[in-house]
Amino acid sequence: MIELTGFLALYIVMLTAFVGIEIISRVPVILHTPLMSGSNFVHGIVVVGAMIALGHAETTLGQIIGFIGVALGAGNAVGGYVVTERMLEMFKSSKGSKA
Amino acid sequence: MSDLISRDALDLFIQASYFIAVILFILGIKRMSSPVTAKRGIKQAGLGMLLAVVVTFFLPGMSNLLLIITALFVGSLLAWISARRVAMTGMPQMVALYNGMGGGAAATIGAIALYAGRDYDTVIMSLAVLGGLIGSIAFSGSLVAYAKLEGLVSKTMRFPGQQFVNALIFLGAIGTGAALLLVEGYPTGLITAFFVLSLLAGVTITMPIGGADMPVVISLYNALTGLAVAFEGFVLDNPAMIIAGTVVGAAGTLLTQLMAKAMNRPLSNVLFSGFGDTGGSAAEGTEGNMKETEASDAAITMAYAEKVIIVPGYGLAVAQAQHKLWEFCERLMERGVDVKFAIHPVAGRMPGHMNVLLAEAGVPYDLIFDLEEINAEFDEADVALVIGANDVVNPDARSKKDSPIFGMPILNVDYADNVLVVKRGRGTGFSGVENPLFFADNTQMVFGDAQEVAGKFIQGIKSLAD
Repeated sequence: MIELTGFLALYIVMLTAFVGIEIISRVPVILHTPLMSGSNFVHGIVVVGAMIALGHAETTLGQIIGFIGVALGAGNAVGGYVVTERMLEMFKSSKGSKA
Repeated sequence: MSDLISRDALDLFIQASYFIAVILFILGIKRMSSPVTAKRGIKQAGLGMLLAVVVTFFLPGMSNLLLIITALFVGSLLAWISARRVAMTGMPQMVALYNGMGGGAAATIGAIALYAGRDYDTVIMSLAVLGGLIGSIAFSGSLVAYAKLEGLVSKTMRFPGQQFVNALIFLGAIGTGAALLLVEGYPTGLITAFFVLSLLAGVTITMPIGGADMPVVISLYNALTGLAVAFEGFVLDNPAMIIAGTVVGAAGTLLTQLMAKAMNRPLSNVLFSGFGDTGGSAAEGTEGNMKETEASDAAITMAYAEKVIIVPGYGLAVAQAQHKLWEFCERLMERGVDVKFAIHPVAGRMPGHMNVLLAEAGVPYDLIFDLEEINAEFDEADVALVIGANDVVNPDARSKKDSPIFGMPILNVDYADNVLVVKRGRGTGFSGVENPLFFADNTQMVFGDAQEVAGKFIQGIKSLAD
C-alpha cells in the first residue's frame, strides 16, 4: 500500500487542486452542466471507499452503515454516469459531422 | 484467489489499476471540455470507475463480499432506472440527488471509522470527522435542493432569528466533532449526536435558499462532496479517492465561483440572505405602456429580417416549446435568415442547462453562443427574440444602481432594432424585479404560452410560403 502522509500528502493535494482548476478553466459554458454532472460522476469513486469500509466492518452496526454507504456510492457513480452520457449524446454540430 | 498469485504481485496490480483509473478520470474530465471529445471523455472516466471497483474486491482482508455485491446491485439498479427516466428539464435536481448520495457515502465511511473506534492517529481521525461533517451536509443539503427543484417542497422556509438558529446547529456539529477528537474512546452517543447535527445543518442551511440560487448551491455541494471523498480517502489510505476527490473539490469550487459571479450573487449572499432582501425598488412600477403584437405578425417580422438572435430562457423549456421553436428557426434559415441563439450563463436552471435543452430539440451547438461571444452582435441584429427569459435581459442591471440585479451581466437585446418578447403574462420574473425592456420603444410583446406562440410562428411563416 502507498502511504500518503505529512508534507508529501499536502504537496499531492496542492498539485491535484491546481490540476482540477486548470481542467475546468478551459471548459466552454455550453458544457458546464454536463461537466458538473461528469465531475459529480467522478467523485462516485467514493463507492470504492465504501466497499473497503464495508469489507472491513466487523459489527452489525458497521455492516448496516456500510451497506447504505455502498448503495449510495453506487447510486452516485451509476446515476452520474447515465445522466452525463445522456446529456452529451444530444450535442450535435450543424456541419453534420458525427462528433 | 490469492493462493494462486503472490500477495505482492496482486498488490502491485491493484495499485497500478487505481493509478490507471485516476489517469482515466483526469483525461476524461479534460476531454469533457470540448463538445467534440466530450462523449469519449465520459466513457473513459466510466472505464476508470469500472476498473477501480473491480480491483477493490481483491484488496487484502476484504470480507462481507455478498453484502457488498448486493449493495452495489441495489444502488446501481435504482440509480440506473431513475437516470434513464428523468426528462432533460429535470437534470439539475438529478445531479443534486446523485451528488447527495456521494456525500452520504463519504459520511458513512467516516461513521464506520468512528464507530469502530480504532486508534488511528489524530490527523487521520480529524479527517474522518471533517469528511463526515462535510459529507453529511452535502447529503442532506443536496436532498433538500432536490426536493425543492422537484417541487416536493415549495415553501422557502424563513423565520426571524433563523440565521442564529442555523449558526447554532452548525456550531453544534463542529463542537461535537471536535469533542470526538478530544474525548477518550469515541463514545457512541457523541458520534450519533455529531452525525445528527451535521445532517440537520445541511437541511437548515439549504431550506431558506430560493430556487434561483439553487444551481450555485448544487455546485457548491458537488465541490464539498469531492472534498469529503478526498478526506475519507486519507482515512482508508486510498490514493484514487484522494486524487479524484481533490480534483472535483477544486474544479467544483471554481465552477461555483463562476456561477455565483455570472448571477452577480456573492456566495455569502446566496447562503446567508434571501433574494430581494437587498433592495426596496423591486415593487416600484416602471412607467410606460407595453406594446402588444400578434404572433403571426411577429413571425413575418422575423421572416423578412436578415439577422435574428434568439434568447431562450427556462420558460421555454417549461412550456416544452424547444422543438417547435427549432422548427420555426429551420424555416427562417431556409429563407436565408441568419439565426443565432444567445445563452446567458444562468439560462435554465444551471449554467449550460439551456444548451442541453436546446440540444435535445436538435439545435446544433455551433449556432449557440454565450454572452461574451454574442453581446456585440445585438447592434447588427434586426430582431432579438426573447422567449421565456426575463431577468437576464433586464437593462436595469446595467444602469439602475439600486436595482437588486444591478451589476449582473446581461444580454444586450435592447440594442437590436426590434425586440420581440414572448411572455406568458404581464407579471415580473423569477426574482420579482420589474423589467423596463418590456416598456421600451423598440419592444413588442407577444403574450401567450411559449409552445402555442411557437406554433403560431410556424403557421405565420407557412402562410408566407403559400
